[in-house]
Amino acid sequence: MTSVGTGYDLSNSVFSPDGRNFQVEYASKAVENGSTTVGLKCKDGVVFGVEKIIANKLLVPGKNRKIQTIDRHIGCCYSGLIPDGKHLVNRGREEATNFRNTYGKPIPVSAMSERLSQYVQAYTLYNSVRPFGISTIFGGVLKTENGGDNKPELFMLDPNGSCWGYKGIATGKGRQTAKAELEKLITSETFDFSTLSAKQAVEEVARIIYLAHEDNKDKDFELELSWCSLSETNGFHKYVPEEVYNEAVENAKSAVGLADSDESGEEDMEVDAQ
Amino acid sequence: MNHDPYSWGRPSDAMYGQYNNAIANAPNTLEHHSSGSNFNENTTRPIVTGTSVIAIKYKTGVVIAADNLASYGSLLRFQGIERLHKVGKTTVVGISGDVSDMQHLLTILDQLEMENNYDNDEYSDNVDELQPSYIFEYLANLMYHRRSKMNPLWNALIVSGVDSKTGKPFLEYVNLLGVKYASPSIATGFGSHLAIPLLRKLADSEEEAAELTLEQAKKGIKDSMKVLFYRDTRSSKNYSLAVIDKDTGIAYDNNVDVEDMSWKFAKDITGYGTQRV
Repeated sequence: MTSVGTGYDLSNSVFSPDGRNFQVEYASKAVENGSTTVGLKCKDGVVFGVEKIIANKLLVPGKNRKIQTIDRHIGCCYSGLIPDGKHLVNRGREEATNFRNTYGKPIPVSAMSERLSQYVQAYTLYNSVRPFGISTIFGGVLKTENGGDNKPELFMLDPNGSCWGYKGIATGKGRQTAKAELEKLITSETFDFSTLSAKQAVEEVARIIYLAHEDNKDKDFELELSWCSLSETNGFHKYVPEEVYNEAVENAKSAVGLADSDESGEEDMEVDAQ
Repeated sequence: MNHDPYSWGRPSDAMYGQYNNAIANAPNTLEHHSSGSNFNENTTRPIVTGTSVIAIKYKTGVVIAADNLASYGSLLRFQGIERLHKVGKTTVVGISGDVSDMQHLLTILDQLEMENNYDNDEYSDNVDELQPSYIFEYLANLMYHRRSKMNPLWNALIVSGVDSKTGKPFLEYVNLLGVKYASPSIATGFGSHLAIPLLRKLADSEEEAAELTLEQAKKGIKDSMKVLFYRDTRSSKNYSLAVIDKDTGIAYDNNVDVEDMSWKFAKDITGYGTQRV
């Protein structure tokens, strides 16, 4: 960032002489320190995982959910500035309602990606606003009976408004590790999306989040897992049920070498222990 | 009453000047309304209609039924139109009256349910599930608002269900005028004449309804549906029946038929139409 201090980084929507928009780049910085967020496609759906750092011991475990639902069939999670994300999700819900009122069926995930990215991009164009400080991972599957194609879709939307489709993607603090793991998984010779079940994907996501947390070990965290799958949730976006969740966490812990005994009392992962 | 303002009488011309006919030249026949009139007219009659909805409370829930027919005037036009609708986990809304207004209500209820579920997923905080009373108050407000705009939704609604927190059965009525009431047994349309007496025989008060078993309530509803099919020319043999119970949730059957009918009396009915006695 050699151009920092040249004055071109003070206002949104202003290019520097070498063609960069610094405010947008700074927004990406806010994302880089956010909580690790992972999305992964499977054969009939998508799975989301968020590493929720416990900022305060007074917070109620299992509450203060970070993964949100945009429409019945679209899940959404983000890292960066949480209120920015909540606002974007609200916008997404409006778009979903709008689409439904106009066309009488639920919005396809790809149409949602277009609308959200246009919205986010507009916040890079005016110096009266600042860009969104979040990278958003969202996706889902729309059933054929609702006008979809039964094919899962997964997107990541960045502060600059660019939105790409992915097989699996990660953002936030542990993104390097997580992305490396996803690449390792997806490019391995034995890997096949057409056989990866939602449950297996949940296991992978849980494992990857635990692995990515290794660099940030001094902080406690709570894992949040949700999925949207034809076979498991009938095409609805839902939180992963307790049994599946507990099993995934157990396996994730043993995969990264955290035996349950030496960690007991320190990390309470029980989402529903309230 | 004569609705024509000309005949209402007015202060003398000497005092107030000539009457301005353009202000209120209200025509008094429907034909005039559509052309050149200077006021707006909204729905004045239902077009495609569904007939009665009937419901009764019992010990641990509510039984509700409505037939699957939509009539176009006296023509039994559309079969297989379901008029009972699940909203949330413990509510069934039964809708009679205009079918297009019913369909509009359904999109509104769908949106209501979805907005409520955004942050109330079953594995989420789940602080505020949609209760039958919430849905009823919402609909009652909506119906009253629309009638106050002089643009009513031409329906009578019965909201039935069980409060998932207290386990108490819920049953209330609201219609196109925004009139609402609660009772242990409720019916809309013809049902309020033909079914209510039968249902009140089963349970005339909340106390009696709290003693009623599911079997008794179900039989009462089925008998009433039979009487309605006998007597209501806009009804169909095929109907939907929903039971909302605090323990077992919603059991919804959209394909029930009126059974054990006897039409022996029909040949003795005389004095109608072109029949010569």
